[in-house]
Amino acid sequence: MILQALAFYVFAFVVMASAAMVVVSRNPVYSVLFLILAFFNAAALFVLIGAEFIAMILVIVYVGAVAVLFLFVVMMLDINLTELREGFLKYLPVGALIGLVLLAEILLGLGVIGGGTTSLTGLDKATPQVIAIDNTRAIGRVLYTQYFYLFQVAGLVLLVAMIGAIVLTLRTRPGVRRQRVSEQLYRPKGDAVTVVKVPTRGGV
Amino acid sequence: MVVGLESWTLARPELFLAAVTALLLIYGVVRGEASTAFVAVSTSAALLVTAVLLFMPYREGTAFASLFIVDRLTTTMKALVLVGAAVTVLMSRAYFEQAKAWRFEYPLLVALATLGMMLMISANDLMALYVGLELQSLALYVVAAFQRDSIRSTEAGVKYFVLGSVASGMLLFGASLIYGFCGGTAFVEISKALIDGKGAEAGVIIGLVFVVAGLAFKVSAVPFHMWTPDVYEGAPTPVTALFAVAPKIAAMSLLVSVLMGPFKPLFAQWQQIIVAASVLSMALGAFAALRQQNIKRLMAYSSIGNVGYILLGLASGSEKGIQAVVFYLAIYLVMTLGVFATILLMKRRGVMVEGIGDLSGLARSHPMMAFALLLFMFSLAGIPPLAGFWGKLYIFMAAVEAKLYWPAVLGVLASVVASYYYLRIVKVMYFDEPAAEALDQPVFGVNRVVAFASAVLVAVFSLAPQPLSVVAAAAAKGLFP
Repeated sequence: MILQALAFYVFAFVVMASAAMVVVSRNPVYSVLFLILAFFNAAALFVLIGAEFIAMILVIVYVGAVAVLFLFVVMMLDINLTELREGFLKYLPVGALIGLVLLAEILLGLGVIGGGTTSLTGLDKATPQVIAIDNTRAIGRVLYTQYFYLFQVAGLVLLVAMIGAIVLTLRTRPGVRRQRVSEQLYRPKGDAVTVVKVPTRGGV
Repeated sequence: MVVGLESWTLARPELFLAAVTALLLIYGVVRGEASTAFVAVSTSAALLVTAVLLFMPYREGTAFASLFIVDRLTTTMKALVLVGAAVTVLMSRAYFEQAKAWRFEYPLLVALATLGMMLMISANDLMALYVGLELQSLALYVVAAFQRDSIRSTEAGVKYFVLGSVASGMLLFGASLIYGFCGGTAFVEISKALIDGKGAEAGVIIGLVFVVAGLAFKVSAVPFHMWTPDVYEGAPTPVTALFAVAPKIAAMSLLVSVLMGPFKPLFAQWQQIIVAASVLSMALGAFAALRQQNIKRLMAYSSIGNVGYILLGLASGSEKGIQAVVFYLAIYLVMTLGVFATILLMKRRGVMVEGIGDLSGLARSHPMMAFALLLFMFSLAGIPPLAGFWGKLYIFMAAVEAKLYWPAVLGVLASVVASYYYLRIVKVMYFDEPAAEALDQPVFGVNRVVAFASAVLVAVFSLAPQPLSVVAAAAAKGLFP
């Protein structure tokens, strides 16, 4: 028990610290790397509460795809962070206000202030017992049977995304030199190599 | 639980369409640009065959663990959507060839969008609703930007994409609230939870409002209409024709089956929202279109106004009201296809024009085209005895029966205002001095056939609205057991 609590505080601290570093760090590449660290620790927090499926998805999707995409964007585009920071003080009051509203929402939701927690009546019905069955198995049981239809349609949505990306971006430009390996391999020796008689001290 | 044979037979039209699209995609990729004409014609044929499959043999029931439902209403709506999509694919060739964007992906994306529309019409669960909607929207974002060398088309695509994503987000947020408070996403479960008494909880109502807002965006009802004029104007004209018919019908069908299905117990709550959206749409559609010079933009406002009338039918919440909705949608489909076929015929020296001023003196240079457009405009304005008049009449009768007196009166007033701009087009065609250079003589082609067929259909529905209203009544009956 104490070990679990200890692990929780370690991971939670690293999440908070790296999240702060994402904002504070001067180099945008470091920001993205701290973001990845935050994702990993958040995944560890999910493991601690027994949601191993979400933990794995977080690592695969957010670290594997989203964060790497961010990294690409940050490296490809020359973003000047000092310019982005110029309005910081101007926007601070608005940001602080939104933060306060969110804090108030959390406190109200937890019932720390106001009158008790909001009760979601059907919630127990909607989620299976986490103790009885681990959640990867629970999803696996329904994904290809009960939700087979949704799974297939999601496949079609991805097909449309693929066609769309190709249609909107692929261009056949004239005058592009392509490597044709077979042509390279079949080129006769006579086309490529000429034997030159080089006179001594004369050069080619 | 294994997906049984029964599921596959019920979803036969959808499976057929998906399979044909996949095969044509492979064919197109292998053959390249040369295959476009074949792919386009085959896609339209496949869409029409799918429409036939809906009725031969006709079946009802739920499939895929109750995620998918087939009944009279869904079948009728799917037939309308399929006809609309098939015709717009056929109409698109001349335009895209001229724009040098005649590529085989276009008909395939339209087919996939249509498949998405069929799935959302058949949704019987919030998750099934969402995946169908996304399949439809994603394909439509791409076709809006299909003419990628035109800056306006690209702008239309991006605008539609960004705003559409926001709408999807709202819909998902609402769906998650409903899931939380009702304990399930299936329509049956939601309906059961609401009837069991804990109906009017604030959480469910907030969720319902978000879901309705997301769907109102898709049908472009005020106040979620902002994208419509820009997207309609910027998108390639055949795509605009598609937008004006197929997704509208699909989203309206979804709105009907969601509100009249699981949320029937909350009728008193959602009726107010739908009445407000309806009245605002009718008013905006009437007033904002008055000063438009571009006929595509005009049609965008006209479609917003029409959505207002259709929503009024839904707001009455009665069997008559839903019958009026189906009837109106069928008539709207025919009139809109006709108008867009005529717009696609508007060329001057081979270049597409879309200004209303370009139509001046059309009656002298193209008497047939002018007469067809006159018929569509009179019908859209709702002048008796044309088809559009019957549509409006059914809607207003249903609204009055449901004691929605004020919205009905406002609707009639809005349609008086709207008739100004419909009649202005007629005036420009028949009484204005001809432009210095007349429009090209249209060559014989699909668009002429569509314009002619639509005009004939409008005439038929005007003289004999009875058969169509019987079909609409049969479709509406399924919702009221």
